[in-house]
Formats: sequence, structure tokens, C-alpha cells
Amino acid sequence: MRQVLEGSHAVSEAVRLAKVQVMSAYPITPQTHIVEALSEYCEDGRMNAKFICVESEHSAMAAVIGAASGGARTFTATSSHGLALMHELLHWASAARLPIVMAEVNRALAPGWNIWMDQTDSLAQRDTGWIQLYCEDGQEVLDTTLLAFRLAETVNLPVMVILDAFFLSHTYEPVDVPDQQDADRFLPPYSPRIQLDTKNPFAMSQMAPPPVYMEMRRNIQVGMEAVPGCFDRIEKEFESIFGRKYGQLETVSCEDAEIILIVTGTAASTSRHVLAELRAQGEKVGILKLKMFRPFPKDLIRQALCNAKKVAVVDRNFSFGASGIFAQEVRAALCNQPNHPPVFGYITGLGGRDVTPEILKQIYQLVKQTPEPVEESVWVGLKE
Amino acid sequence: MQEIRFHGRGGQGTVVASVILAKAFFKAGLWVQTFPVFGVERRGAPVEAYLRLDDKKILIRSNLYAPDHIVVQDAKLLDTADVTKGLKQGGWILLNSSKMPDNLAKFKGFRLAMADAGQIGIRHRLGTRTQPIINTAMIGAFVRILESPPIDMLADAIREEIAARQEENVAAAKEAYDSVQIIGNID
Repeated sequence: MRQVLEGSHAVSEAVRLAKVQVMSAYPITPQTHIVEALSEYCEDGRMNAKFICVESEHSAMAAVIGAASGGARTFTATSSHGLALMHELLHWASAARLPIVMAEVNRALAPGWNIWMDQTDSLAQRDTGWIQLYCEDGQEVLDTTLLAFRLAETVNLPVMVILDAFFLSHTYEPVDVPDQQDADRFLPPYSPRIQLDTKNPFAMSQMAPPPVYMEMRRNIQVGMEAVPGCFDRIEKEFESIFGRKYGQLETVSCEDAEIILIVTGTAASTSRHVLAELRAQGEKVGILKLKMFRPFPKDLIRQALCNAKKVAVVDRNFSFGASGIFAQEVRAALCNQPNHPPVFGYITGLGGRDVTPEILKQIYQLVKQTPEPVEESVWVGLKE
Repeated sequence: MQEIRFHGRGGQGTVVASVILAKAFFKAGLWVQTFPVFGVERRGAPVEAYLRLDDKKILIRSNLYAPDHIVVQDAKLLDTADVTKGLKQGGWILLNSSKMPDNLAKFKGFRLAMADAGQIGIRHRLGTRTQPIINTAMIGAFVRILESPPIDMLADAIREEIAARQEENVAAAKEAYDSVQIIGNID
């Protein structure tokens, strides 16, 4: 049934529908309403789950690693500094091949203290072996969270579902919340291939010396390489039950587009509005919305961009000493393609700075007027 | 699309007011989007909430700069904040006040209405005498001046969203709906 729901609570509803068995979280800022609602669901009986309230995000991840090793369906949520504190155990979760699902609210890192929208926190975790899925509205974040459990449990890798602070996490809008019956049809109970068992004791995650470590790492990559196909197959099933799909990425009006804007998160939604306006003025512009960042859907990106004259990446993040992170990845995906379009990088909307329709139109005009990229990144919306 | 901006202070239920109103408009068949804008949450600090309404899915997900109407939950904010910033000509200003503001010049070109939300809150024993709950009265008055959504849909939204003293809050909204002072155009 469609109801007016906060973005954070859309995640909580998906976790309830997924019948998660163990959750753990640290409840202080930068934590969000996601786990607040879940702790209430555990208390009032709407969920039959164990909620472990811990003293730090590092412990929250440790607790779900333990529970997932014991064969439980697990979930946690965090943001910015909380995610940074988890870093060590993010590697652990993926290398132990545990299908943990985590919601991550994109918030900036300090100093200066800032609780607002910024993608650098999640992108700084790109090499930890987690699948990363970015969402643009409340419906997508609910659907993606539900789908994340299926995906994680299929490929035995953890999934991070990522949503913008405030512009999504604190925004109320109509969201269709599926029935439990349909959710059960889509997501059967988790049956782990391996789990700790007191009746048949064994050890997990032991020493892996040079003769075996490299193969273990290669196996994680093999798991990652299976993700796109699994994602498409699972999403097809999701669509047959719920009637909605998103894709690893989405292209809008790219077929005849001379300039394609690459966008993520809520900026993708705002750019759809801008696209309609620019197209009405006769501008040949298209949008590529990136949803999956790890694994990076490089083949789909190459296909989508091959006919464009120019590509502009809008990054709400920055890698100091380099450039916007999505732009880096797009450039790397294209570099060995003959005659690929030039990639322009734009940095905007850091630390909660608004990405308005005007900012996106300004970026479009900049890329249109500039024959070829001069700098790797152009910062848009800076004060003088 | 219509855009509404709420001004209040932390603790006045400004964000809750916007969410209730969003839910009432949703019941009336509209697409809605509402979110708060605050610094670091603390009682007494100025708070804003934004509400967008449309008959189709709302794609813009940025802050709101040119509201059609504004709701001011604390008249003292008129002295310290530029509450009419960006307000469209002819837009409504709903003020929580029982008396006309001293300086009407700054409201020129807008439409003014006033709800005595503090007294209404006290009459319905909402909050305390010194800090009555005013948000449900304010939105009751606001749906009257907008002539939408129907007051019964607002009452249902209040019952869904507010955990305690639901009927007193509904009664406050209805009293404000009936008693709002509509001044109209300020020339």
C-alpha cells in the first residue's frame, strides 16, 4: 500500500519485510532514524529479531559478522564517521563472504563538523569488497534494500545500500510498501552454505599464508564478477512480483544525446526534471544514472556512452590530489575504447551544498561551451 | 507544483506540522514531498521545513527558494529572520499571532492571515500554559486559507501522526480552521 514515508523509514520497512534476524547499531549521531524504527519494531513485536545496541560502529559490524557467521540474516546502518570507523571490519565481512546488508547514509566527514549530504564517506570504502548500490528516492531505497538481501545471499558478498542525507534520508514522500506475503515470495528465508554450529565445531577465518591467500582474493573477484548477472536475474523476479525495476544503471534520452550527464543519488531525480526542460528547448542531452558502483558496470557504461560527443560526470565527492571519484571510474572504463568521448568532471554539492536545477543547467552549459576538458575537475557553486 | 515553507523554532513541532499536512494532501490525491532543514537540532533554534505538492511525481530534490506560501509558527521570527525571502507575489503568510504586526510594509504584495494558535493550544490543554502546542492549530488554519485539503482529511492525518491527545489536537485544528483571521491582500 502506498503511504507517506520518510526515506530512512523506507529502509526500516524493507528490513522488517526481509525478516532480518539480527541487527546491531550504535544509536548516536551520525546514526539516522533507520535503526530507531527497527529497535521499536523489535520491542513491540513487529519483528522477531535480536537488536544488539553496541558502543561503536566497529562493534556493530563485529556483531553482525558474528551473527552472519552463525547463519543469521543480518543488517546494520551507519553514516560518515560511523562508516569510517567500520573500515577494518568491512574488509573482514567481504573476505569472510558474509551476506550482510548495510544502509549507509551519505554524510560528510569532519572537520569541520557536518552532518549533511556528501558521498566521500561511502566512496572511500570502494576497495573493501562490498557491493555498492546508490538510490535516488524513497521507493528505490525500499526496493533496493529488499533486493540487497537476495543479492548478498546469492553471491555471498555484503551489500551497501546508499542514500543521500536529508534529501532522501529525512524526506517524506509516497512509497509503496509491499505486503509481507509478496516480500516472502521474493525473499525466502536465508539458508547459509556454511555456518558456525556448536554441534559440529570448526574454525573460520584462520591464517591464510602466501600459498592460499591470493586464490582467496581471486575468489572474491569471481563473486563480484557474478554480481551483474545475478542482479539482473533477481531484479527481473522482483519486477514480476512488484512491477518495478531500476537496472545497474539507467539511461534517459541517451540514444540521440550529444552530451550525457552522469549522475547518482537524488541528483539523478533533479536531473530528470532538468532534462525535460532542456529537451523542450531542443538541447540534445541525456542522463546516465549510475546505481551500481561496485562492481562497476563498465561494459554497460561503454555501450551507453559510445555515441555521445561529450560526457559530464557530476560528483558530490572528491578524492584529494586526484578528482571526483565517479569521474575517475568512468575515465578508466573508457580509456581503452577507441574514439571514446571526452569526460568532463564537475564537483558540486559537497557537505550538503544544494544541487539545484540551476546548478545542473550551469554544468550542462559549461560542458556545451567547452571544446575539451582542460582540468580534471571543475568546481561548481563555489563562493568567491 | 506548489511549494510551502514552514518557519518555526526547535521544539514547536514545525517538521511534524509539515509531515501531517503532507499526509493530508496525500489523502486528497496529491503527490507530496516534505523535509526539514535545520542546523544541529536544539530547542529554540530557528527551523525550516519544506513541503512540495503536485499532481504528479515530484522529481526536484533540492531546497526550496521561491515558496508559494509560508507558515510562521513564531511571530518573533519576523524580527530576526527574513521569513518572506523568495515568497511569490500574492502568496499567503500565516502568522501565529492574535494582533496585527506593527510594520505591514514588509508584507506588501502578499496575503496575510493570523491564527491565535497559542491560546487555542491552551484552551485544548495541549502542552503547557507557557509553552502550548501550536502546530496542529496552525495547520488547521492553513488548510482553511488554502481551501484544501478537506479538514476531515487533516483530522485523519493528525490522528495517524500524533501519538498522544489526538482528539484535543484535532479539536485545536478545527477551532483554528473556524477562527483564523483572514486579512487578505496587503497593499
